[in-house]
This record gives sequence, structure tokens and C-alpha cells, in this order.
Amino acid sequence: MITRFLWNGMSRNVRLFVALVLAIGIALPLLNQLMPRTSALYVPSYILQLIGKYLCYASLALAVDLVWGFCGILSLGHAAFFALGGYCMGMYLMRQIGTRGVYGNPLLPDFMVFLNYKELPWFWHGFSHFWFAGPMIIIVPSLLALALGWFAFRSRVTGVYLSIITQAMTYALQLAFFRNDMGLGGNNGLTDYKDILGFSVQADSTRGALCFASALALAIFLVISAAVVSSRFGKALTAVRDAESRMRFLGYRVEGYKLFVFVLSAAMAGIAGALYVPQVGIINPSEFAPGNSIEAVLWVAVGGRGTLIGPVVGAFIVNWAKTYLTGALPEVWLFALGALFILVTLFLPKGVVGLWEQLKPRKVRPA
Amino acid sequence: MRLLGALLPVLAALVMASTAAAADLATLVANLVTGGYSDRDAAITALAASGEARAAPILQALNDGALYVRSADKAVVIAKGSGKQFALTDAITGKDAGTANEDDLERVKINNRLRGTIDAAMGTLTLMNPDPKVRREAAQSLFIRREASSLEALDKAIAAEKDNGIRRAMAQARAAAVLGSDAPSKDKIEAIAIVRDRGDRDAMGVLQAAASSGDAEVKAAATAAADSVRQSLAAWAGAQNVWYGISLGSVLLLAAIGLAITFGTMGVINMAHGEMVMLGAYTTFVVQQVMRSAMPQLFDYSIIVALPLAFLVSGAVGIAIERSIIRFLYKRPLDTLLATWGLSLVLQQAVRSIFGPTNREVASPSWMSGAFKVGQIDVTYGRLWIVIFALIVFASLLLLLRKTPLGLYMRAVTQNRPMAAAMGIRTPRVDALTFGLGSGIAGLAGVALSQIDNVSPNLGQGYIIDSFMVVVFGGVGNLFGTLLGATALGIVNKFLEPYAGAVLGKILVLVFIILFIQRRPRGLFALKGRSVE
Repeated sequence: MITRFLWNGMSRNVRLFVALVLAIGIALPLLNQLMPRTSALYVPSYILQLIGKYLCYASLALAVDLVWGFCGILSLGHAAFFALGGYCMGMYLMRQIGTRGVYGNPLLPDFMVFLNYKELPWFWHGFSHFWFAGPMIIIVPSLLALALGWFAFRSRVTGVYLSIITQAMTYALQLAFFRNDMGLGGNNGLTDYKDILGFSVQADSTRGALCFASALALAIFLVISAAVVSSRFGKALTAVRDAESRMRFLGYRVEGYKLFVFVLSAAMAGIAGALYVPQVGIINPSEFAPGNSIEAVLWVAVGGRGTLIGPVVGAFIVNWAKTYLTGALPEVWLFALGALFILVTLFLPKGVVGLWEQLKPRKVRPA
Repeated sequence: MRLLGALLPVLAALVMASTAAAADLATLVANLVTGGYSDRDAAITALAASGEARAAPILQALNDGALYVRSADKAVVIAKGSGKQFALTDAITGKDAGTANEDDLERVKINNRLRGTIDAAMGTLTLMNPDPKVRREAAQSLFIRREASSLEALDKAIAAEKDNGIRRAMAQARAAAVLGSDAPSKDKIEAIAIVRDRGDRDAMGVLQAAASSGDAEVKAAATAAADSVRQSLAAWAGAQNVWYGISLGSVLLLAAIGLAITFGTMGVINMAHGEMVMLGAYTTFVVQQVMRSAMPQLFDYSIIVALPLAFLVSGAVGIAIERSIIRFLYKRPLDTLLATWGLSLVLQQAVRSIFGPTNREVASPSWMSGAFKVGQIDVTYGRLWIVIFALIVFASLLLLLRKTPLGLYMRAVTQNRPMAAAMGIRTPRVDALTFGLGSGIAGLAGVALSQIDNVSPNLGQGYIIDSFMVVVFGGVGNLFGTLLGATALGIVNKFLEPYAGAVLGKILVLVFIILFIQRRPRGLFALKGRSVE
């Protein structure tokens, strides 16, 4: 029944798109592993890593879109959920280093030895096991979203005000994680990972698996999001976006709807962050930067808010441009990014996906 | 006769002492360079007590390690120079004594104990210096040293001193010296009263030292005095924190007040506001560069020249932004946020391309440097000017909004746009001017902030979140709310800092604001009425 519900949630386009995402996630690692290096079809490892990273960004964009595009909550703090998921994964990976650190301490990660820690801080306990760290990746961001959303939606903090407090939240977290006293590596964050689930993070096969996992996660998120937004619940959600007061007067408990979707989105962002960390090999407080959250919002805006495919497309376009421009023309990148923000909001309120629909010839109804 | 008989030996002793001192500076100096450390310690005190004019330079040279004995004739010389070749001055006569190679000289060694004695001795010597500043410093250093040996010199200096303030400082130093001597308890208790009236941290140290020695009576008096000083110090520390808080608050106010116009009254979320501040700071830099080369004699007033220019530059950029981007987005406030964020990236990168990514130096005019004390509060002129400037900007903005036709139009458009338009107000023009005004004020803030912050392309980013916090906390659309919000946040921040540290203090303030917005989603002073929704 659940599968039927999930299947029916998707339009034909979304089904095709999910299939495409999965195909990429399967094909790239296979081509990387099976093809000889001389072959034209060989996919170099760095491409694998790059695509894996983009897939995580795409998941983050989808999470942002779920709250912004479908519920009208412009969160400028999603990078915080992403980074918290990343930190949970980072803590697990740090515990996997064992005695292979520079100081070779069996109990403490390197930075703790460096900072003269005598014992492991209490919140590090359990993170040596994946069965503990895994759920934490979802629980920690969700709890933060629950706490913030519970207070904010109940007091009817909406629109710009909500944007500003979510931004303040991620800024406060960034400042907090910069402190060495937090016990999370301070400025340098967590890095120098060795193993994940017993496999070396440097190995191409692990990279491939992580790329596939990212694609799988994105596909699952797409299916879940499609089911949510096309259900009766999703209809109410869209109505909250368009006329919140009216929904309230009709007797809907608006804050419940918002809270559910906000927590769901935070959990998605957390998982995306957790998959991101082993692929880039580091997590540090700069991931919390308010600018990162706003950039994620831009991906959604470029791709098309209020659509499921849009954020994924937007994340890929913007990040590909970023990778290309920061390498080839570093001075131009910020100009391009800034211009993109301005042009998209002025001329493409529905994003690239919307543009495609704008240009598509309308079916003429018979008179 | 008997009186004379009693006085005679005293007189004789005095005469002998004075002739000995006057006759033989040479002996005193010779004692300085011979014998063990304790002999030389006594020699330093003796030299200082001699009252010779040459004593000060000789002791200074000894302290600096510039006093040498020439190997050839055992003459004591002060050597100046670098490398191997020194220019010599005869220590005793002060006349030029030719030059010498390093190998022909032997340095007079001193240790830390001797250095301490020299410091004290220099203190007594400089008490009679013609320069009042030097005398005041001498009194201060003697106060801290509190050595009984300086009593005599202090008494002499107090008798000769004409300046009341310096005489008081000397009397305090004398009191401290009395506490360090074995004077009778009565004198000591009097001294404690004098030291207590001084009431600063140094006085506290002297009193604490007195409380741990001497007889019970002195101890009790010193303890009581120390307690009273401690209390007054705590009160002063609180006052100092309030001042720091006001100072930080004025910076926040400057950064936020332009935003209070654009965000508060127009509802435009201008994420590029910080960049307007940055443009103001860079305008100051350019003005200073031009004035440094074109009219260096007026350089001290470059800040004043920069103010109107910064207002115009930022204001013009603001109007351009409003006309080209923001006016299309009035119906979509969240989109304005994104567009202006993009704009802030462009402006930052533009400034980085033109001026480079490194910090640019903006000089402070002489009338903004220096500091003074109000009671125990340290006030720097720079901070004081910024507080005054923030208040002036605030007051003028208030006047502009309340008393001028433009202000009337602005308020009318804010309150009821269609009605204002129907009454013949050209609302688009008012929008552009309002946005220009808000941006221009940000430019003014930039001039002020260039004095206390690094002028770099990232200058604005550091203020944008704080500014939004201030405006939201104070209540959107209410200038007095912004004033109160900025001051309150500034003071709270500075009071948290000693307990929680700067970063944690800031985090606590952010968390506090997040929680506060839950309680009062519209800030301290919320607008009432229809315009809210």
C-alpha cells in the first residue's frame, strides 16, 4: 500500500527524473570501476567525487525547496542542518581513525590530544558505532528544527522574520563551533578520515559507493517529497503558503503542517550533509556560514521553486558553474553568482524548469 | 647656650655631609662601578640623594647598560653608538670624551635588584624635573614602589610643588611611602585615608599590602579602606562596562539606523546594506589618499570632508539599486532578499577588484586619538566621537522624518501607499529617495566605522546580521526602538563578555534575540494597526 502511495505521488516527469538520478548513480561508479583507464567511457575518480558532491547539494536544495517552494518558509538556516548531519558523520569517521592519528592516541582524536583533553567529552560517546551515529545524523538536525519550528510557528513568526531568525541560528552555531571548547575541533573542524564502515575513504570503490548512496538518497527524497506534496497534506501545505490566515480561519492547525515539513526537510538536509562529509574529507564551522544557506536558496530559485525537479537541476547548474569559474576565472565567480541572484529573481521567478514550461507551446483548448 | 650646644653637632654633621657630597661626585660615581652588588646598591641611593644634576643621566645610562669603564684610564664614560665604535661622554663632567672601540671598554653590569633601586632613585630625581608631566609620572612610579627611602625627596618636592594636582599625587606617593616605612601607627592611619581617597587599582594594591603587615590598628584601618576601595572599584567597573556597551551600541546604531529606514519603513530586506557601509568606509579611504597628496595641511579634517561624500556615494548607489532592481520586487519581499544578497556579492567583488583584497589603512585625525579619564572610566576620544556622531545622525534623521516635507511624504507612503498616491505624492520618487536616504546613512556609518574597524571588502558582512537583529529587536518601523535596541544589545553584550567571553557572549545574545522574537514577533515597540499585516 505504501509503495502504491509513493508511486502514485509521482508524476510521469518525476518518475523519469528519479530513474535518471538512479541511472547516474549506478552508471558512473560502474564505469569508473570496470572500464580501463584508456577507454573513452572511463570516468575518472575526481568526476565521481564531484558528482557525488553535487548530488548531496541537490538533496539539500530539495530540502530547502520543500519548505520554501511548497510551504513558503524561506529558511536561511538549512546549511546548519546540513552541517550538523555532517558533524555527526564526521564524529563517527574520527572515531574510526583509532591509533592511526598523528599522536596515535587510542582514545582521543588528534585535535583533542593537541588541546590537552584528558578524556572524551560526553557527547562523543557512542559515535564509534555506526548504529548510533547513523540515527544521530537524522535526530540531531530534526531536534533542532523541531525546537526552532515549535517556538517560531506557534508564535506565528512568519516571512522575513523567520528568515532572519533562522539566519541568526546558523550564525550563532557557526560562532559556537568555532570555539575550541566545543570539543569539535574548533576552527579546523574534523578531518583526516581513514575508514568508513571498514572501507578506506580514499579508495575508488568507496567513492563509487558513496556516489551511489548520494544518488539513492536523492532518489528517495524525491519520491518522499513527491508523495508528500501530492497528498491531501501537500495540498493543505500549498494552501498555507498561499493564504496562511485563511487556512487558519478554516480551522487548520497551520503550525502543525509547517512543523512537520520543516522537520522532514531538516532531516533530509542532515542526511545530505552526512553523505557530503566523507566525499570532501572535512567538516568545519564554515559550513554553517549564513552565505551557504542563501546559496542553497539560490539553487532552488535558479532551478525553479515549487517544483521537484527544479532544485536538483538548479543545484547542478550553479555548482557546475562554480567549479568551472572558480578554477578558470576566479575573479569572475562572485560577479557571476551575484548577477545570477539578481537576474533569476528579476526575470526567472519560476526558474529554469519554469522557463521550459513557459516556452512549451500551450495546448489549445477546443472552443 | 644649651640649645646652641645641642645644635652644634647637628650643624657640624650637616656641613660635613654637604661638603662631602658637593666635593666628590667623582667618588660617588667611582663607588657605583666598584664593589659588590650591595655596595653599589648603596652607591646608587647615595648618588640619587646627592642632588647632583649629573645623577639622572648617569643612572639612566647605568639602567640602559650604556655606562662603561674605559680600560686605559679607568674613567667612567657613557657610550653611545652601534657596532664596534662608540662615541663617549665623560660621566662626571658630561663633556665629550672621544671615541673608543668596544674592546677597550668594560660595561658596568647590573642585576634586577639594582634596576629596581635605579627606578626608585630616578623617581626621586625626577620629582624636581621642570616638566610637570615628568613630575606626575615620577609621583606615580613612587606611589607604586612605596619605599620609605623616597620620603625625604617627596617631602622636599611637595614643599616646592606649585601644581595642586601634582602635589596631591605626590602626597599620595608620600602616604604610600609612609605605609611602607616603620612610621608610627597614627601616621600610617592618616596615610591610609589619603590612599583610600585615591581609590584606584594601585591604591588597592598599596592598601592590601598595608593590611598584611603592621599592628592590629593599622591592619584594621587598611582592611576597611581596602574594602571601601574595592566596592567603589566594582561600581566603576560596572560604569566602565556601561560605557563600553554604549560605545558598542552606538556602532550598532550607526550600522542599523539606515536599515531601520529601508527595512523598517519600506519593508525592503536589503542584504546589501553592509556593502553600503563598506562603500562609505572606502570613500573615506579615497578622500584621505587624495588629501594626503593634494593638501596635507588639511589632512586632519579629511574625515569631515569624507562625511558628505560618503553620504552621496552610498546614497547614489542606493538610488540606482532601487530604480534598477528593488522597485520590481516590492510585492515579493523574500525575493528582494535574494536579489540584494546577490548585489552584495557583486559590490564586494567589485571593491576587491579595484582596491585589492587586503585591508586599507584609514588614518585617525589627531583630534580623535588619545584618551582621558572620568573618575576611573577610561574614555578614548575616538569612541566618544562615534557616540556623539551616532546621536547626531539619529537626531537629524528624526528631524528629517518629522519636520520636513520629504519626511512627511515618506511617512505617508509607508502608512498608506494608495492614499498617498491619490493625494498627488509621487510614490516611486519617494521610494527612491527613502532608499537613497537609508543607504546614504549607511555610508555615514562607514566613515565612522573606518576609524575602528578594518577597511576591507568584508567590512559590511560583519555588520549585516547584527543590524537586522537590532532592527527586529527594537521593533520594525520605530526609530526609537532601534536606538533602544542598539544600546540594550550593546550593553548586554559587554556585560556578558567578562563572564562568558566575547564569542559565547555574542552567541547568548543571538539566542536571546531568537527567543525574544518568539515572545514578541514584532519587536520591542511594535507598530499597531492595519499596516502590520
